[in-house]
Amino acid sequence: MILDRVASPAAKPVQPSANDISRRSFLQASAAAGGGLMLSLRLPFPVAAADAADSDAFAPNAFVRIDRDGQVILTMPYVEMGQGTYTSIPMLIAEELEVELSQVRLEHAPPNEKLYANPLLGVQATGNSNAVRGAWQPLRQAGAAARAMLVSAAAKRWNVEPASCRALSGEVVHPPTDRRIRYGELAAEAARLPVPEGVALKQPKNFKLIGTPAKRLDTPAKVNGSAVYGIDVRLPGMKFATLAQSPVFGGRVKRVDDTAAKAVKGVRQIVRLDDAVAVVADHMGAAKKGLAALAIEWDEGSHAKLTTSDIAGELERATLKPGAVAQNIGDVDKAMAGAAIKVEATYQVPFLAHATMEPMNCTAHVRSGACEVWVGNQAIARVQRAAAEAADLPVEKVVVHNHLIGGGFGRRLEADGAARAVEIAKHVDGPVKVVWTREEDIQHDMYRPYWFDRLSAGLDQKGMPIAWNNRFAGSSVIARWLPPGFNNGLDPDSTEGAIDLVYDLPNLHVEYVRVEPPGIPTAFWRSVGPSHNVFVTESFMDELAAAARQDPVAYRRALLGKSPRARAVLDLAAEKSGWGQPLPAGVGRGVALQFVFASYMAHVAEVEVAKDGAVRVRRVVCAVDCGTVVNPDTVRAQIQSAIIFGITAALHGEITLKDGRVQQTNFDTYQMLRMNEAPAIEVYIVSSLEPPGGMGEAGTSLIVPAVANAIFAATGKRLRKMPADAATLRQPI
Amino acid sequence: MPYDIKVNGAVRTVDVDGDTPLLWVLRDVLGMTGTKFGCGMALCGACTVHLDGVATRSCITPVGSIANSEITTIEAIGASAAGARIQKAWLDLEVVQCGYCQSGQIMSATALLASKPQPSDSDIDAAMSGNICRCGTYLRIRAAIKQAAQATRQGG
Repeated sequence: MILDRVASPAAKPVQPSANDISRRSFLQASAAAGGGLMLSLRLPFPVAAADAADSDAFAPNAFVRIDRDGQVILTMPYVEMGQGTYTSIPMLIAEELEVELSQVRLEHAPPNEKLYANPLLGVQATGNSNAVRGAWQPLRQAGAAARAMLVSAAAKRWNVEPASCRALSGEVVHPPTDRRIRYGELAAEAARLPVPEGVALKQPKNFKLIGTPAKRLDTPAKVNGSAVYGIDVRLPGMKFATLAQSPVFGGRVKRVDDTAAKAVKGVRQIVRLDDAVAVVADHMGAAKKGLAALAIEWDEGSHAKLTTSDIAGELERATLKPGAVAQNIGDVDKAMAGAAIKVEATYQVPFLAHATMEPMNCTAHVRSGACEVWVGNQAIARVQRAAAEAADLPVEKVVVHNHLIGGGFGRRLEADGAARAVEIAKHVDGPVKVVWTREEDIQHDMYRPYWFDRLSAGLDQKGMPIAWNNRFAGSSVIARWLPPGFNNGLDPDSTEGAIDLVYDLPNLHVEYVRVEPPGIPTAFWRSVGPSHNVFVTESFMDELAAAARQDPVAYRRALLGKSPRARAVLDLAAEKSGWGQPLPAGVGRGVALQFVFASYMAHVAEVEVAKDGAVRVRRVVCAVDCGTVVNPDTVRAQIQSAIIFGITAALHGEITLKDGRVQQTNFDTYQMLRMNEAPAIEVYIVSSLEPPGGMGEAGTSLIVPAVANAIFAATGKRLRKMPADAATLRQPI
Repeated sequence: MPYDIKVNGAVRTVDVDGDTPLLWVLRDVLGMTGTKFGCGMALCGACTVHLDGVATRSCITPVGSIANSEITTIEAIGASAAGARIQKAWLDLEVVQCGYCQSGQIMSATALLASKPQPSDSDIDAAMSGNICRCGTYLRIRAAIKQAAQATRQGG
């Protein structure tokens, strides 16, 4: 995949109304783009300078364009970061447009929230596992409308009824007369027809692409080194920079001695900002050497003494006071008063860094009255705004070029790195690529929030739950990232997985207390709210089963009368895992069940705990009902990926603060699961015609409680604070 | 001082300090961006290249230490029989997700296959556990190495 055109998508911004995704507005947008940001997949077509301003091009909507030469171009509103969206989204359009996947070329959408906002988020962003969910209707409709217009154009030319024609593999055919004509030849005529409304979509039984294991379109370039990520951008005259930001959040640069740094061969310039110092050089080697030679004195500010336990203590205290009621069913207090057994517990989950394999980076070029930014980001309209603010320019003066993402996981929904690059570039003559060291990347991440949860439950005489109480405290990422989404003390992310449970709980009361930690920024992290809530909910459900002396699968199953889809995945996972069959000493199975991101999923984890307390996850069985499956191979890949990501968190993940500083620095102190630790993973997909559910994150939130419950089964020790701590699991000698 | 290094069969002259890691010479001086930066401390394997066929972390390899060794990078690994088999297996099994670590994974796997045409699971663990994949593609990496080994056995 190469970046073959330099774009200026913002040079002449278009402001169509939200509903005006018409040919006219798109052609305006395209004309302004002057060819657009072409992320050209070098598949069937040579890299062509597709001229979007071509008046004979057929562009019935913001997603589909067919040029006179027959090139089918799909504009991708979502960005590829490994989740397969550059394949699954084109599958939706191509299915209805009746073209082969190999016939399409992809273009990355320019920043334009009016045209390219994710319908489920309301902003142009790739996250929350909702690309396929958001695109499912509109992108199939985009393809269907285009197909109908092409068929109409052909019918008109042949003077036959449109109903007697059909579309097939990029052509319209008229079977009675055996005539056929390629889409490209119809583009000009189709472009003059009105865009039809409400074209019927295919019945699932007629799907040709959806549900088949399509080969990923982005893969070939990723096995030979030619794929271009943000960090790979190269521009004439470009310099390379790396930086040191205040080790304490909120601190400032007090004094810098850059004599030794300036003496390093290849170092060109030292840029001092309020809260960071950057070294600009001919290459990153010189920049890093220069950075190491800097002597920086910091004014550490008000967070200089902050520790993780300060934050945890504040959260714990917050759960003693009422919060905003996220959900109330029945009368918990009354039910609790009559309970035969009462269970209480508190849970905690730590701050987590994203540790994307591609460290944070952004390339910026600030000129008089203009700014250009090259980056890989999940939310480029946000990047455009942040860069404009940092450059002190109107937003339309900022051009953003998006690239492949070397791991997002939520980190690249943020624009802090772009703002930082622009701040530095303002002092540099020419373009500068700012690359963070791994240490900066981990120590200046924006972290999955620390959470503290206080739960209690009442069981009846049979041991079944009649009261469920949960109050939790932590940061609301939505309140900062998408303020309109935070209302009355609640947001949909912080509470997902804690409310609307699949279980029949006659009396349930859940409260959220928003507490923003001082001196440490928070952000979305793969599986977001559920990364915390599902661990707590499913661990506590396991505690209730244990208190009732019942089997954890049977206990859950008895509560699923209203959730047949949940029951089906639970049964399937239990069956495939051999639930109930004997295991050696020190080995246990744990189950967990969830409905989040609009998908039902059950995991059974099989875990071995050594005498020294070391935990090894041996096997994971996943059963999933994610509705209609678009690309089953991607569904499997995402579940495998999400499980490994979650096990890393369950066994190793913890960011701690001491003296206001993040204590972890690199992969030695912030460890990742490696090849030799990876479990066998089996994925079973339930066939379904329901609308698609999200698949990028669900496996992560669910594996953490499955592992914790398996550790309980193996050792009898309940983990209420993540990550698993070998010291507490060690057997006495 | 200038150093002459042999990269993918061609001699290249670079004028940098001798302690400059090969990684930055490849990426920033020579513009070969297929080799990736991940940690700078030989902890993640994203920067893996071959020096005389041996998988080597370029982020801690000073350019002044290379002398006449043959450097092979991801851009040229497909020219070797083992590299081509590994790349094919990677595509056949759809190993890749975000792909950022995969240059390094492929370089480590190719060195393994070249030295041990029929690697065992523990050989794979030993050769590949230095390469982190944050997308968690380990299961498919293992399967792809086995498939490439089978292709070797069959002379494919």
